[in-house]
Amino acid sequence: MKKLLFLLLLVAAPLRAEVYPIGDLDLKAQHGKVVYLDFWASWCKPCRESFPWMNALLARYPADKFTVITINLDAESSAMQRFLDKVPANFDVYHDPSGRLAEQFKLEGMPTSYLIGADGKVVKRHLGFYTKDVERYQREIEGLL
Amino acid sequence: MKFTLRWLSICCLLALAGCSSLGVKPWERDLLARDDMLMNADALDLAYDEHIYFSKEASSGGQGFAGGGCGCN
Repeated sequence: MKKLLFLLLLVAAPLRAEVYPIGDLDLKAQHGKVVYLDFWASWCKPCRESFPWMNALLARYPADKFTVITINLDAESSAMQRFLDKVPANFDVYHDPSGRLAEQFKLEGMPTSYLIGADGKVVKRHLGFYTKDVERYQREIEGLL
Repeated sequence: MKFTLRWLSICCLLALAGCSSLGVKPWERDLLARDDMLMNADALDLAYDEHIYFSKEASSGGQGFAGGGCGCN
């Protein structure tokens, strides 16, 4: 009974995202999967709005075919941690304080997301996050699955 | 003559390099995106400024910005 209670508590506890340094990111390892790669920061308000939707995406599509990877671009990790304490995330977060990857992807605004096909090629770029466009985003993902 | 020309061209090249990293990258706008960085962050201050413009320059408005400068929308 006690064990069951403990398990229940464990399930009820909000899931917290795992944070890794950007050096650990290996996009090649994700080949064969459709990847939704999202760049965000704690001070960016539309980013906050996209989090529940990205969580829902993971629940919606099979884990062996689709994944969400996010890159945090906060200069200080404490700001990122405070954000993650408030906004639950079920996906992995890679911390890129110097913006190395953002530079590679030539980001023009925050947030920016890239839809990467199973072959590892970038198919779509979403500049900003608009709740009114969520259905279009999902259609694009479903078109790749 | 040749010497000054060389120096001049070196200075010009250095000046060019100075412009190579102008601006703030979109992911570096954390401080700019803060609410207190808005031109109209303080309502009382804004009203005061507006009053001065209105009485001294016979103009009003044009101080507000849409958005907090995070470059998203």
